[in-house]
Amino acid sequence: MWQWQTQPLTWSTFLAMLIGTVVILLLALGVVTYGILAERKVLGWMQGRIGPNRVGPFGLLQTVADVLKLFIKEDVVPAAADRPLFLLAPVLAFVPAFMALAVIPFSMQHIFTAGIGTGLLYYLALSALTIHGVMLGGWASNNKYSLIGGMRSAAQMLSYEVPLGLSLVGVALLAGSLNLNDVVRAQQHLGLWFIIPQFLGFCVFIVAATAELNRTPFDLPEAESELVAGYHTEYSGFRWAFFMLTEYVYLFAMAGLTATLFLGGWSGPWLPGWLWFALKAAAFFFFQFWLRNTMPRIRADQLMTLCWKVLLPLGLVNLVLTAVLKAVLLKG
Amino acid sequence: MQPYWNAYLFIVLFLVVGILLPVGSLWLVGPLLRPKNPRPEKLTSYESGVEPFGDAHVRYHVRYYLFALLFVVFDVETLFLYPWAVAYGKLGWFGFIEMLIFLVLLAIGLAYAWRKKVLEWN
Repeated sequence: MWQWQTQPLTWSTFLAMLIGTVVILLLALGVVTYGILAERKVLGWMQGRIGPNRVGPFGLLQTVADVLKLFIKEDVVPAAADRPLFLLAPVLAFVPAFMALAVIPFSMQHIFTAGIGTGLLYYLALSALTIHGVMLGGWASNNKYSLIGGMRSAAQMLSYEVPLGLSLVGVALLAGSLNLNDVVRAQQHLGLWFIIPQFLGFCVFIVAATAELNRTPFDLPEAESELVAGYHTEYSGFRWAFFMLTEYVYLFAMAGLTATLFLGGWSGPWLPGWLWFALKAAAFFFFQFWLRNTMPRIRADQLMTLCWKVLLPLGLVNLVLTAVLKAVLLKG
Repeated sequence: MQPYWNAYLFIVLFLVVGILLPVGSLWLVGPLLRPKNPRPEKLTSYESGVEPFGDAHVRYHVRYYLFALLFVVFDVETLFLYPWAVAYGKLGWFGFIEMLIFLVLLAIGLAYAWRKKVLEWN
């Protein structure tokens, strides 16, 4: 029942796939719930505070309470807004972010996800689609802050999509496959995580990924001091919650991708594969929280200069170096 | 190639479930739980407390389009690199030289945009 990648389609394999999808949805919701709590706790500790500790033991139910509160809040749609698009935008943002999870190999086989041969391309395509929800949300709000925030988001995410994609070509080159599980196997076969032979690529990737996620130091679309809340200024209640959910689901997907491509995915000694994967993804989460506490926000002009004048040339250099390395390895 | 297509069905399932969650919570269950009493004051656009004036759908700066164009050019070229990267093991040095020519053309495009000061955000 769990081997649907190699078996013909029957009702039983279909049911297993459906269960897999729902499991990943619940997993994503759980990771987002506790990711947000972990972020607030880590931020608190780094600033010498305690962090949320009132709701439930050690504050473990804080995010659950927040979500329930948002769920029963009034859904305000501004009179000036473009109503259909305004209502649709959070859905347009959420669906591709969730679908991107469909190719991440959480364990040794693709048990709960799809092992398609074009996994990496699929991920990049879907992560780029999330921009539409953000931009349409900003535009449909008919608010000046939202519009500027939405346009800035779009410009930033579009720009950083290029070095992100370019840095991953190096991984595809070393692995010789775009199937994410094959990438993990290639690292196992090499006996080395790709973060070492692809260190330059990893640096480009991690900067571009942080910018793609709109996180500090690249959180310009939500620069509170100048744009109120950016593209979701006019959103309230659960519709706003969906934008937040999108952001954290996307963070989860990016953590999964980083763990898979650069940190060896589920491979590792002694511990079971899913636990290795969870540890590596958690390391990415922690790194992001750490950055948020350490870095100031960069300026808009620095943002674009960094992307096009530093990351893109570095990505090209990394690609050529990797090609030479692989050609030498093939000869030797 | 039957099992091959199963994986794509999986992606369709992700699409369906991904749409069902927001639709179910925002349109089906949400209205039963949340209050709804819109008032004209509540429905005005937020503009830091002053009365909103004019329409927000103004013309915006041309640099957004320039970056969108640059994105199209460079992202499509990046996508061309993926099939090459997968097949590189079989192509060898021939593939390397070919791709080097492609990358040089790409770098010339980047240098041109750089020289024309398109990459600046001012």
